[in-house]
Amino acid sequence: MDKLLNVSSAPHIRDNDSVKSIMEEVAIALMPATLFGVYNFGLYAALIILACIVSCVLSEYIYEKLMKKKLTTNDMSAFVTGLLLALNLPATVPLWVPIIGGMFAIIIVKQLFGGIGQNFMNPALGARCFLLISFSGIMTNFTVAKTTGIKNMIWYGLSGLNGYAYVDGVSGATPLALLKKGEEVDIISSFLGIHAGTIGETSAVAILIGGIYLLCKKIISIRIPGAYILSFVAYISVYSAFSENGFSIDYVANNLCLGGLMLGAFFMATDYVTSPVTPNGKIVFGILLGVLTGVFRTLGASSEGVSYAIIIGNMLVPLIEKVTMPRPFGVERRKHG
Amino acid sequence: MKSYGFKGGVHPLDGKELSKDKEIVDIPATKEMVYPLSQHIGAPAKAIVEKGDACLVGQTIAIGESFVSADVICTVSGTVKSIEKRMTASGNQIMSIVVDNDEEYREIEGLGREVDYQELSKEKIREIIKKSGIVGMGGAAFPTHVKLTPKNDDDIDYVIVNGAECEPYLTSDNRVMLENSKELVEGLKVILRLFDNAVGVIAIEDNKPECIKAIKELVKDENRIKVKALRTKYPQGAERNLVYAVTGRKFNSTMLPADVGCVVNNIDTVVSIYMAVCKSTPLMRRIITVTGDAVANPGNFSAKIGTNYQALVEAAGGLIGEPEKIISGGPMMGTAMFTLDVPVTKNSSAIVAMSKDEVAANEPLSCIRCGRCVAACPSGLVPQKMYEFSKHFDEENFARIGGMECYECGSCTYVCPAKLRLTQSFKETRKSIISKRRKG
Repeated sequence: MDKLLNVSSAPHIRDNDSVKSIMEEVAIALMPATLFGVYNFGLYAALIILACIVSCVLSEYIYEKLMKKKLTTNDMSAFVTGLLLALNLPATVPLWVPIIGGMFAIIIVKQLFGGIGQNFMNPALGARCFLLISFSGIMTNFTVAKTTGIKNMIWYGLSGLNGYAYVDGVSGATPLALLKKGEEVDIISSFLGIHAGTIGETSAVAILIGGIYLLCKKIISIRIPGAYILSFVAYISVYSAFSENGFSIDYVANNLCLGGLMLGAFFMATDYVTSPVTPNGKIVFGILLGVLTGVFRTLGASSEGVSYAIIIGNMLVPLIEKVTMPRPFGVERRKHG
Repeated sequence: MKSYGFKGGVHPLDGKELSKDKEIVDIPATKEMVYPLSQHIGAPAKAIVEKGDACLVGQTIAIGESFVSADVICTVSGTVKSIEKRMTASGNQIMSIVVDNDEEYREIEGLGREVDYQELSKEKIREIIKKSGIVGMGGAAFPTHVKLTPKNDDDIDYVIVNGAECEPYLTSDNRVMLENSKELVEGLKVILRLFDNAVGVIAIEDNKPECIKAIKELVKDENRIKVKALRTKYPQGAERNLVYAVTGRKFNSTMLPADVGCVVNNIDTVVSIYMAVCKSTPLMRRIITVTGDAVANPGNFSAKIGTNYQALVEAAGGLIGEPEKIISGGPMMGTAMFTLDVPVTKNSSAIVAMSKDEVAANEPLSCIRCGRCVAACPSGLVPQKMYEFSKHFDEENFARIGGMECYECGSCTYVCPAKLRLTQSFKETRKSIISKRRKG
C-alpha cells in the first residue's frame, strides 16, 4: 500500500441526502403549483418566476463573490427562495418588483444574517412583506382584464380568458376578500384554483400534491402543516359558529383553500431554517400560526394573514425551542424546588 | 412476528450480504503474537511473565489486579520476546507482551476439560469467568465478571443476550448464532444459574430470521429462555435502546442496566462464558468479519487473540486496489486505522476496507436546521443545539441539554444533509467535560 489511508472520526458512512438534494425535492414539489400558476396566469407569470429566480441566485452569487465567502449558489436554496417568492407575487406586477424582491430576500434577509441556516425569517416571505408594505398598490392588485386575441391569451393564460375582476372590474379583489365581505364563493373553483390571487397560491389541489410528495419523501414532517391547518380550521369554525349567519361549512372550506394558507402551511412554515427543530416545538409553532392566521383574517384589515403569521412565528422560534426541548432518553423529569 | 424497537435511529445500507453466508474459517496464528495489557475498560493488567519466559496455550500471562480489570491469556506456545509498547487498532501505543510463536501449540494442563456447571457454586462460576479474561465483546470490552456481579443477584429480572448486531457490514455474531447456537444457549444457562429470578432473552434483529428460527427451535422446551425479534435499525444493539426494546425499561448514562434489573451480554461473550465454564477454555479467540468493497473474498474468521491483522486480510484474499479507508469495527462506531500492523484483541470485531471514503468526499456545509439529527437521535437529544454549544466551547449548556447522555452512536452525523461532523465534536466536548469532572 503506497497510498496513505484516510483516518477520521466515526461514523465513516454518510446518508445520500444532501442540502442540495433536499432543495431539489422542494423545487420538484413546487412544480404542480408553479405549472398551474403558469396555466392560470400565462407566460407573463413564467417571466416573473424566472425573474425572481435569476434575481435570487445572482444576488447570492454577487454578494458571496464580493464578500469573498464560499459560494453556495450550487445548493439550490437561492433557487427555491426565488421560486417561493414568485409564487407569492400577483401575476400582474411589473418586472422590477421580482428583481427587487429577490435582492431583498437574499441580501437583506439571508446573507446579512450570515447566509444559509442563519436567517431568522423566511427570506421569500420577508421579501413579500417588504414589497407589500413598500408597493402596496401593485402588490394587492389582482385584476386581470378580459382579453382577446391568441397572443394575449398565451401571455395571460386562463386569467386573460376569464378576466379576474370580481367586484367592479377596477379594485380587483381575490375570492378571499369577497368571502370576507360575506359573498358567496364557489368551493370547487377555490379548490382547483381557477381564480385571482398570487401566482402559486390559488390551487389548493396543486399545492396538496406537492405537500404530499414532500411528506412521502420525508423532507417535511406532518407536525407543522398538520398543526397549522387543524388549529386554523378550529379557529375559523369557532369564529363562524359565533358569526351572524351561524356556522357555515362552506365558509370554513373556502377559508382553507383560499389565500396563501396551503402554500404557507406546506412550503413556508416548514422552511427548516426558520421553524423549530424540536418535535413538540413544531406542533406549538403550527398551532401558533393557525391561530394567528385566523385572527389576522377575521379581525384584521386585510383578508390575508398567512405571511404575517409565519413571520411572527419565525421570530418566536428560539423561544418555542427553549420551552420544548425534549427530555433525554431515560432521564426523569427534574423536580422543581 | 412482532418486532420491538425504540424511537429514533437510522437505516444505513447494511452491507451484510457480503459475508453473512460465509462460514467461520479458522486462521493460523502469526509468528509474532502481541498481547496488549489493556484490552478492556478499567485498570491495565499486570504482566506476570518476563522476557525469555516460556509460555503455553491457555496460560495466564497478565492479571487484572483490581476488580475492574481483566486477565490476559496466551494463545500460542513459545517464548516472551519482549514487553514493550505496541500500536493497537485504536491507534494508541499500549504496553504489550510480545510472544515468539514456536508453532507447537503446547497447552497448559486441564485445558478443554469438561465441567458440569450445575455442580459449581455461583462464586466459582464468577471466579472462572474472571480468570478466563472474558470482557464484553460487543465493543466496549467491559470486564464481564463485573457485569455479572450486581449489588443483589435477586434484583435481576432479565439476562439479555444482545444479538442485534446493528452495525452495518458486521456478520460475526450472525455466524456465531448459527454455528454455535447450542453453546450460546448453554452459556446463557450458565449466566441464569447466577440469577435465580431472571429470565433469559436472546434478542435478535429481524433481518436475521434464520438465527431467530434456529435458536427458537433450540429453546422451545426451556421455560426460562425466550427469543425476541427486534426491529432492524441502527443502533438497536446499544445497551439502553436494547433494554428498552426488550423490557420497556429506561435508564440513562448515570445508571447501569443492573439498576433496572437487567444484565446484558453480547453473543460471543455468552459463548465465551460457556467455553470458560463448561470446557475449561479461557478467552483465546475472536470471530472477526473481514469485509468491505476493497476486500477480495469477504468472510468471517476465527483468529487467535494476538494474531496480526494483516493475516486476517490475507485470509480474506487480500485487498483489491488501494482502499481509501480501513476501519477496525463497524463503519458507524469503528476506528479508522492507518496501519494493519496491529494485533487482534478481545474487542476486535471486524475489518472493513472501503475503496471510497465517504467522510472525505463530503465536505461539511452550514447547518440548515432540518431536524433530521433530532429525529435520528436514539437518546432523544437535540444534536443541532449540542453542536452549537460544542462549537462555542460552551460545556455548561452542552451538559444542561443532555449532552452527556450521548453515547456517540453516530446516527446524527450519518443523516446530516449538511455533512457536519457532529459526533466528532461531541466526542471532544464530552471528553473535556469528563476529564474536568474527574479533576474537580
